[in-house]
Amino acid sequence: MENKYKNNIPGPETISSFELDNGTTVLSFSNFNSASINMIGILSGGGNLDPADKTGLAHFTASLLSRGTNDLPFADFHNQLESAGANLVFSCGSQHAWFRGKALSEDADLLFRLASDSLQNPSFGNEYVERLRNQLIAGLTIRDQDTSEVASMLQDKYLFPGHPFGLPIDGYIETIKSINRSDIQQFHQKHYGPSDMIIVVVGAINKQEIRSLAEKYFSSWKTIVSQKGNDSLIPSPPTNIIRKHKYLEGKSQVDLLMGCLGPTRTSPDFLPIYLGNNILGQFGMMGRIGKIVRSKSGLAYYATSSISAWSNLGSWEFSAGVNPENLKKTIGLIRKEIKTFVKSPVTSDELENSKSHLIGRMPMSMESNAGLANAILTMQRFGLDFNYYQKYAESIEKITADQILSASQKYLHPDHLVITSAGPGEDIN
Amino acid sequence: MNSTIKKHVLENGLTILTKEIHHAPIISHWSWFRVGSRNEVVGKTGISHWVEHMQFKGTPKYPIHVLDAEISKVGGYWNAMTYLDWTTYYETLPSDNAEIAFDLEADRMINSVFDKKETELERTVVISEREGNENEPMFKLGEAIRVAAFEKHPYAQEVIGEMKDLRTISRDDLYTHYQEYYSPGNAVIAVAGDFKTEELIENLTNKYQQIENKDTTLHIIQPEDDIKTKKEVTVEGPGDTVYIQVSYRAPKAADEDFFSLMVVDSLLTGPSSFSMFGGGNISNKTSRLYQKLVETDLSVGISGGLQATIDPYLYDILAVTSPEKNAQLVIKAIDEEIDRIQNKSISQPEIDRAIKQAKALFAYGSESITNQAFWMGYSSMFADHTWFDAYISNLEKVTMERMVSAAQKYLDPNHRVVGIYRPTQKENF
Repeated sequence: MENKYKNNIPGPETISSFELDNGTTVLSFSNFNSASINMIGILSGGGNLDPADKTGLAHFTASLLSRGTNDLPFADFHNQLESAGANLVFSCGSQHAWFRGKALSEDADLLFRLASDSLQNPSFGNEYVERLRNQLIAGLTIRDQDTSEVASMLQDKYLFPGHPFGLPIDGYIETIKSINRSDIQQFHQKHYGPSDMIIVVVGAINKQEIRSLAEKYFSSWKTIVSQKGNDSLIPSPPTNIIRKHKYLEGKSQVDLLMGCLGPTRTSPDFLPIYLGNNILGQFGMMGRIGKIVRSKSGLAYYATSSISAWSNLGSWEFSAGVNPENLKKTIGLIRKEIKTFVKSPVTSDELENSKSHLIGRMPMSMESNAGLANAILTMQRFGLDFNYYQKYAESIEKITADQILSASQKYLHPDHLVITSAGPGEDIN
Repeated sequence: MNSTIKKHVLENGLTILTKEIHHAPIISHWSWFRVGSRNEVVGKTGISHWVEHMQFKGTPKYPIHVLDAEISKVGGYWNAMTYLDWTTYYETLPSDNAEIAFDLEADRMINSVFDKKETELERTVVISEREGNENEPMFKLGEAIRVAAFEKHPYAQEVIGEMKDLRTISRDDLYTHYQEYYSPGNAVIAVAGDFKTEELIENLTNKYQQIENKDTTLHIIQPEDDIKTKKEVTVEGPGDTVYIQVSYRAPKAADEDFFSLMVVDSLLTGPSSFSMFGGGNISNKTSRLYQKLVETDLSVGISGGLQATIDPYLYDILAVTSPEKNAQLVIKAIDEEIDRIQNKSISQPEIDRAIKQAKALFAYGSESITNQAFWMGYSSMFADHTWFDAYISNLEKVTMERMVSAAQKYLDPNHRVVGIYRPTQKENF
């Protein structure tokens, strides 16, 4: 990387960080290449806090945050936001509630004010609870007919048994019907607070202004929350083939997922697996998996692999969309590739190509304010050093084929997989 | 977008558009061809899209898989898209490794091999892609609406093509289509990012100047102006969700009415953007139809939009609702809001807000170098690159009178297609 671009990669010298008295961490990075700012925030309130009989409560609560506050009715809230061409969305992940905002930099005050007001003073008006309930149920009926979504829910259920990650964050139609306004208010009171909140702002704004806005709108929030999620128990990895299929009427294609557990985000195995996964199911036209399933066999439009990693859990998944007649053959081909992958080290060409790919791609993931904000949040969220991305190339370069093999063998086995699918074909329960 | 785009036309007719952007070490390179489903005939639908797939199957200089690896190993990402009027191929990659993109795109403009075996393998891949689309209710509804909306024009056909054609199109059909439309005079190269324009032009001139131009205007396509009558189509399928789409004939992108209808759409269903690579959206909760349909619980979601096309295409309004709701009431509500606009119930603040939203979306989209290169080439497919330069100022020229006139001219209830997707199991709907 040429020195003239060094400041493009956020690092200790360009990321501004401070903590409010209430525990909120605020991070910022100035980027004056376009006249906008991007804000991302996370705080407690994720799906891991859902009560057993109220799956979807955390998601329902987060989704209601943009439905008006005690002082700002729904219409006024959105009139202010949309008139400025700004956007502010609240969502729910498996471990956090999230908010993402975007505005022209001249409207930074508005974005901070509306984010703060929504998080601290949501009105949870009955009218909007019921309206959102109907919208969520409509979304769930669509989800339940989507082959990809259904295969993914089955995968989570059997890969993370007994763990909150095994349940859909957006809940089930029955649980969404059973959640009442009081449940939502209590969830918000118990779990939303500033002490573990992280706010990242990137864009055409300086750090003094961000500090001033953060203090103005968030420092008076003193709510203390203490309850932790019920996701500390780590599920055991599959020890055999677990095969499940859900029939969906009127579909032409089967969506297939094959998965196992993977490394956590801070595990020493993470980068070797990340690099190995690139070789296996990403590089070029979807790596080795894409080569055999799509290019050589013509079985699928997509056939790929991916890893997901959280603070205490991770997964490694293989996916494809295939004609039902080709389902068995595709499963066989992917298992064969996995078997090869955990038997012998990757070739030196594969290793060098994928290293070069990941190193070259990194600056491109940071060409937008959103990409920069995500990178900064990742470092803070997982306790990585702020020079993580500046040293990323060096870290990738050091990885050997043997490290990839050894790390992969810990997680990946062709006979220890959860295999789920949805679409045409009889149920496999 | 500021006016720093440089245009250079080679003697063989190839247009090269460049925009230097030096804030990140990235170049985004796009090759655009004026060929899409608009250029297809009955029996050969989907051929443009399939040719796009075959362009990844190699040339003598860059054989299959070598092509993949060359781009991927420098960290670049690349892909292609086929739409109504165009096919495009793009690479975004580190600027010090961009030569590979320049070279391979010049090479595959004329040297792709279209191997017979690879053609057959790709047949099943394209069929699989179509089967994946068929899993979606909106694909089926959209297909039925376009057939009703166009009697003769090829816009009636799906870009992916009809299944019967995908089974019968031959290697020679594909190669003939490729030879017919892949020609310098029918192409635009758009490059944005970290380069020096003079050096780049010299480099591209050397690569392209020897390619002979061909006449690609042999097939004259007549625009189809009106939807002759009021039409209704119903599609039935699985699920518990009703989709209602109302489609009107829209002006072509080069028509000044296009901008008037853009603002009408912004008032009716909220702002929309032409960005394809990030930038984000602005919510539509203050739009008239959200207020009329969602805030009254007639629908759970509303959206709308225009496509920028060479010939008049469609303006669509889409409402999502449940089987318990009366679809006719939804359509009536849409008609009432359109009536209001046709009867001059428009305020200046509403127009001002639509312009501010468009400006904000433009600022968000300009964060991405890939997006800026996309815009240059994209607008050249249906107008020229100045279309985007003038986009905001053309929106600013829209007056209430022009909006009323456009709404009266295009949003005629007697010349439209109303399409409804109904769940099969809801017999009493």
